[in-house]
This record gives sequence, structure tokens and C-alpha cells, in this order.
Amino acid sequence: MNTNLYRRRKFVNKLGLFASMLAMVLGLFVLLWILFILFKNGFAGLSLAIFTESTPAPGSEGGGLANAIVGSLMMVGVSVLISTPIGIFAGVYLAEFGDDNKLAAVTRFVTDIMLSAPSIVLGLFVYAVLVAQVKHFSGWAGSLALALIAIPVVLKTTENMLRLVPGSLREAAFALGAPHWKVTNYVTLRAARAGVMTGLLLALARISGETAPLLFTALNNQFFSTNMNAPMANLPVVIFQFAMSPYDNWVSLAWAGALLITLSVLALNIIARVLFRERTAG
Amino acid sequence: MGTPPTTSGMMDPRMVAVVKKQRIQDFLFHKVTMLFALLVLIALAGILVSLMISAWPAFQKFGIQFIWTNEWDIINENFGAAIAIYGTLISSVIALLIAVPLAFGVALFLTEMCPLWLRRPLGTAIELLAAVPSIIYGMFGLFIFAPLFADYGQPALQSTLGQMPLIGPLFGGAMNGIGLLAAGIILAFMVLPFIAAVMRDVFEIVPPILRESAYGLGCTTWEVVRYIVLPYTQKGVIGGIMLGLGRALGETMAVTFVIGNSQRIRESLFAPGTSIASTLANEFGEADDFHLSTLFALGFLLFVITFVVLAFAKIMIMRAEKAQGAKT
Amino acid sequence: MNNQANETPLKNALEVRGLNFFYGKFQGLKNIDLDIAEGKVTAFIGPSGCGKSTLLRALNRMYSLYPGQRAEGQVNFYGENILDPKQDLNMLRARIGMVFQKPTPFPMSIYDNVAFGVRLYENLSKADMDVRVEWALSKAALWGESKDKLNQSGLSLSGGQQQRLCIARSVAVKPSIILFDEPTSALDPISTGKIEELLHELKSDYTVAIVTHNMQQAARVSDFTAFMYLGELMEFGQTDKIFVKPKRKETEDYITGRFG
Repeated sequence: MNTNLYRRRKFVNKLGLFASMLAMVLGLFVLLWILFILFKNGFAGLSLAIFTESTPAPGSEGGGLANAIVGSLMMVGVSVLISTPIGIFAGVYLAEFGDDNKLAAVTRFVTDIMLSAPSIVLGLFVYAVLVAQVKHFSGWAGSLALALIAIPVVLKTTENMLRLVPGSLREAAFALGAPHWKVTNYVTLRAARAGVMTGLLLALARISGETAPLLFTALNNQFFSTNMNAPMANLPVVIFQFAMSPYDNWVSLAWAGALLITLSVLALNIIARVLFRERTAG
Repeated sequence: MGTPPTTSGMMDPRMVAVVKKQRIQDFLFHKVTMLFALLVLIALAGILVSLMISAWPAFQKFGIQFIWTNEWDIINENFGAAIAIYGTLISSVIALLIAVPLAFGVALFLTEMCPLWLRRPLGTAIELLAAVPSIIYGMFGLFIFAPLFADYGQPALQSTLGQMPLIGPLFGGAMNGIGLLAAGIILAFMVLPFIAAVMRDVFEIVPPILRESAYGLGCTTWEVVRYIVLPYTQKGVIGGIMLGLGRALGETMAVTFVIGNSQRIRESLFAPGTSIASTLANEFGEADDFHLSTLFALGFLLFVITFVVLAFAKIMIMRAEKAQGAKT
Repeated sequence: MNNQANETPLKNALEVRGLNFFYGKFQGLKNIDLDIAEGKVTAFIGPSGCGKSTLLRALNRMYSLYPGQRAEGQVNFYGENILDPKQDLNMLRARIGMVFQKPTPFPMSIYDNVAFGVRLYENLSKADMDVRVEWALSKAALWGESKDKLNQSGLSLSGGQQQRLCIARSVAVKPSIILFDEPTSALDPISTGKIEELLHELKSDYTVAIVTHNMQQAARVSDFTAFMYLGELMEFGQTDKIFVKPKRKETEDYITGRFG
């Protein structure tokens, strides 16, 4: 055996594996550092006032994020209401009629692209077709932009989960003489229930953290308002404005808001995972 | 209503009415769901069309040269996309140069080296990190990374790489902690979890028997990955990288905080610049009609660029899955 | 088995004439001619890949769910050709039911599982539905074990019970014919025994066709047996005759275990 060659190979191996481990450590370290900073600064900025007071005017003291929290909740809520039926119906189409079907293949392709498309451009689109037409920003426009981001997520998950349902279950329902829509509604969709819910939660988590699409649609609102037909306060844009500002209380509020968003997103993701695992186990 | 007879035959008059209703229901079921699927396609077409319409005044005035014109003069209404495109491309390329090797290392670690009990938690941690909103990365970049980079990172780079011929000027000039390089670095850590997760998924699909045969021949772990796993997962890996690129190109928040927002192309990577997304985020608020049209033109270009990259990624991934016999 | 077949004239529930079946370009069934007698159990046996399941699934046009599969020829259900493109498939399947190899309880309560098929075509009051559900579950020998947990999910039952639930589900809609596609191959021997007893009783109200890879089962439960090989119908006749004195060498080889 050629010991020199062998020794070199072993060395290369050790080097490569060591480098990989370094990469893992570096990656984890930086990402955990980011979370640590977020938690530290975020918790420092947290107080009851966050939930009770609205965003402060430039230069004034104190303040909270109440209007932004409510605004975000409302817009995200409406967005889910819009995107859920569209995503599920389209996902059903792809799963039930989508074999050997050109329209379905193209839709799937486009959906995957929209999943990673730049969200700021979606905001531009909604601005052009809605905001510019009615000549004012609104919570509705913001919800629409968020819905455009959520729909591909719901669509893709719905189709995948429906396809996971065993063919024998479908056949058993057809074998009783059930029409296609009843097979899908009462049997297939029901069997895939948990998975589809997971998709909804993941879509929710995704749009909760999106800033760019809201910049040109919902804009922001310094005051507390539940009027969806006007500019609406929301956490991400508030964070964006406050973080780069010279005011200390604004920066502190930005960190608190960032923490709130991140906690919600992580919580939603974890719930979605637990829900999905429970279904596959039980 | 009584029970249908157990006797022979098909025709039961009560059933005929039900069956007719069912036919209509299934017809509607098909058409309605198809309509919703079409909506997705219409949305895409709508985006392209509306962006183009809004951008038209700009394209009409500047023509195709808009894409490579190095000029952004708001007052005299003389615009060119080159600066923003440059910033977008450079920051994304830097991000990938950093993120891809790191992601590869993470994926290798998770699939080959990681003790079994740690695999699931670490894998989940990576996936959760991919879900952290990008604005967090931006804030981290601005408040923590930029000062550190200005005090330690940039001087170190300038005194080493900055002294070398050819690439030296890339690391020259004022060291403020922000700029194209800073944006690229922050962007790298933003897309890292995403690319790592995709690579890990792709590595895991390699049939154990392939790996085992290689080990059986006396290959080291590194050799197994380099000569067996990587070639086997080649298309999937490329697809994953392109997906990461697509995300990086379109990223707004992680970049806007640290890129410096300056409409100039400069020699040094330490200098502030701008990306398409940052330009949109910063200038939209106060843009007048024509300026707005140029911003739309930028948005249109960004959408087209990312669309092409993502389409390429998708095709790569589809080819990879077909090669492995999996269904897309 | 019984020799009544010699005395009372048999009516045919299904008459298969010149049936050819194709999976894309591959021909799965070649020129099948066969009668399924009313009120009797007919078994399809043969080695793996012989086409017995294909034949069964042609009888309720289950293959129509899949675009690449098609059938040519005639399958006459009391005189009507069900292979006719104008045939309404839902109505057909309500008259010809099927129980599958893998127990497939729907994700709903036991009661709703049984009621599902009934609700498709009949408008029963709650009281009438309760009666029908009880009747169907009794017919499937599941009533005793399930009557106290009708509201629990169908998935909470054991494998053998789930299969009987599927049988109850098919029985509840009162079809003319029930097709069984290897109904016991996924079950333990005790559950298998229970279901074989069931088949015997179902005969009095329904026509039964069953695919089985277990020859002894075919010998135990069926009145008529069709032996298939490589997509062709090799031999068909009364079960006791086929097993005791098969006419064709292939049949004899299969039955004596020379190939499987």
C-alpha cells in the first residue's frame, strides 16, 4: 500500500471534515448571536406600554406599539382570509386534476417561482393596481400584497398534502358512487386536514415578518386606527422607520417590535411542526 | 323515502335525479378549482404587465440603455439602472461566495458527521433560523455588525487583501462598517440557513447503498462526499444555490440597513452603494411621477432577473428529482 | 359446496364478453368471456400479475379514474353494457360496490363511515338512518363490537374490525353486487375467518366476486372459480369441479402448487 498517498488522503479528509465542522459552528454562532442580540435588546425595550400606547411622535418620549400590533394583526388576518380559499382551491385543482395537465404543470412552476419572488415587487404591483387607482394607501392594499405572498405557500402545501393521502382511500370513496367533489371534500381533504393547517400556519408565519410589500401599500399610521381603508400602522414598517432614526426611544421600540415578530414567527413554525408530527404519528 | 330495492339492475328512478345533480356539481367543482389555479397565472401575468405599464414612461425616455446607464440624477431626471443593478448583483454574489461553502459545510456536518441524537434538533434549528424575518438581520447588521466591522473587520481586510495588486482597491477607502461588502456579508447569513436546508435535504436522498459501497472500498468521508454525494446531488445542489441567489437578489430589509444608500458606483467594496430593492424602499416615499416611473422600471428589471434565476433553479431541481425517480 | 347449481337455473348478474384491457400499450386482459352468477360467490384466482385484480376492477370501472387505462369489449350488468362511455360511473358504483385489500376507513366516526354511501343517494330521517347503520353493521358482524362507540373515529378500530367496517359501508347502500379485492390478505387468521363466514352469509342477499391469492380461501368460500394466467382466462367452472378435477394442465399445476 502506498502509505504516502494514504496519509495525504487521510489528511485531506481530516481537513475537510474539520472545515465542515467549523462552518457549522460559525453558522450557528452567528445566527445564535443574532438571536441573542434580538432577545437582549428586545426584552430591554419591552414594557406594558408596548401593548397599551401607540407609536410616539418624533422627538416625544415613551410610547408603545399598540397601533402597529393591532394593524398587523388585522392585515395579516384579512390576508389569511383571502389567501386560504384561493390557495386551497387551487391546490385541490392541482392535486385532483393535475396529472398530465399542461395548465397544472405551468401553475405549479409559476407557484414555485412566486414562492421566492422579491416581495417588494409584489408591493409595487398592488400599488399600481390598487393604491394608485383609488389614490390612497390602505390596510386592504397591504392585506392584498401579503396575500400574494401567502397564496403560493398555501397552494403548494395543500397540493402536497392531498397527494400524500393514499390512493386506496380515494378509491374506496369513489367505489361507493360518490361524486368527485364529495370524495375530495369529505374524504381526501379531511384526511389531509392537519397537513393543510400546517401550510396555513407556515404562510401566516411568513407574512407576519414581511416588510417590503407593506411599504407602498399600507404605508404606516402614527395613530391608532382600525380603518382598513386608510394607511395602517404595522409592526414591520414601524421597525424599519424607527430603527434607522436618531431617537433612542424609537430604536428601543424597534427592537421590542422585532422581538415580538420573531417570537410569533418562531411560535407559529413550532406549532406547525408539532401539529404535523402529531398527525403522522397518530 | 324508502330503501332502494336490493334487486338487480341499474335503473332506479330516484337515483337518476341525484346522478344528474352530481354531474353538474362535479362540473362546477372542476371549473371553479381550475379558475382559482388560473388566478395564480393571471396574477403573474398581471404583475409583469402592470409593472411594464407603470415603467413605460421611463423606458420610453431612456430606451434599452437604461439598463446600463450609470447615472441617477433626480433633479435633472436623468436615470439609469446600472448603479442599482450593480449593487444588487455584487451584494448577492458576495453573499453566495460566503454562504455556499458554509452551507455545504453545514449540510455535510448534518448528514455525515453529526451524532444521530443531535441531527433532528440541529436540523430543526437550521429550518427555524431560515424563518427569521429578514428585518432582524438588517437591524443586527446596522447596530452590531457595522461598528465591529468598521473597528476590526475592515482594517484587517484593508491591511491584508487591500495591499495586494489587482484586488487591493476593492478594500480601499473610508471604513464605515457599511457598504456593499457589509451588505453582502449580512445577506450571506440570511440565505445561509435556507441553502443549508436545501443542501441537507438533497444530500439525504442519496441512497445509502451508494455511500456504503464507497465506504466499503475504503473511501474516506470527505472522498465519499466529494466523489459520490456531490455528483449525485449535483443538479439539486445547483438548484438550491440558484434558489438562494433568487432570494438574495430580491431581498430588501437585510440589505437596506447596511448598504449605505448611495447612488454611485465606486471602486471599493467598503463604499456605500445601493441595490434595486433598497432604492425602491428608500426613494418611493418622495418620488414624483416620472421618478416613480423609473422606480417601477427598476422593479420590473428586478422581477425579470429573479424570475429567470428562479426558473433556472426550478428546472435544475426538476431534473434532479427526475434523475432520482422522485415525483416533482 | 352446493349442487343446487344443477337444479335451479342461474341468472347472470354480470356477463363479460370479449373483454380486453390495456395499461397504456401493455395488454393486461386478453379476450375474457365469463359469467358471474346472481346470488353466488365467484372467485378469481391465479399467480401474481395474471390479471385477476384488473378484471375485478373493470367490473365497477374503477380503472376510469386513471387516464392511461382503458377497456374494450362488453360487460353486461343485467343486460346493460357498463363499458359504454355514456354509462354514469357514480350510479354504477352505487350498484356494484367494492371492498379493498387494505382496510380504508374514512376519517370520520364509525356511524358516518357507514352512513356516507347511504347519504349520497337516499334521504333518510335520523331514525331510518340509525336503523340502516345498525343493519349494515350487523350484516358485517361488527354491530356488537361497535354499537357503544359509533361516534368514535373509524380509525380507532383494529385492522380486522376496520375491514368489516368497510364491508358494512358497502353493504349499507344495498348494491346488487359486491366485489372483494383480496379482502383478507392484510389481516390476521382470526379476522380472516370472520370475514370468510361473512361472505357466506352475504351470498343470500348479494352477488359476490372475490379476488384471492389464497387458493384454500377460494375453495372454502366460492361457488364458482375462474383461474387466470398471464391475462387470459384459463378455466372457469364450479369450484368443487375445478379443485378436484381441473380440465387444464395450467390449472392443475397452479392448484397443486407447482408454480405460484
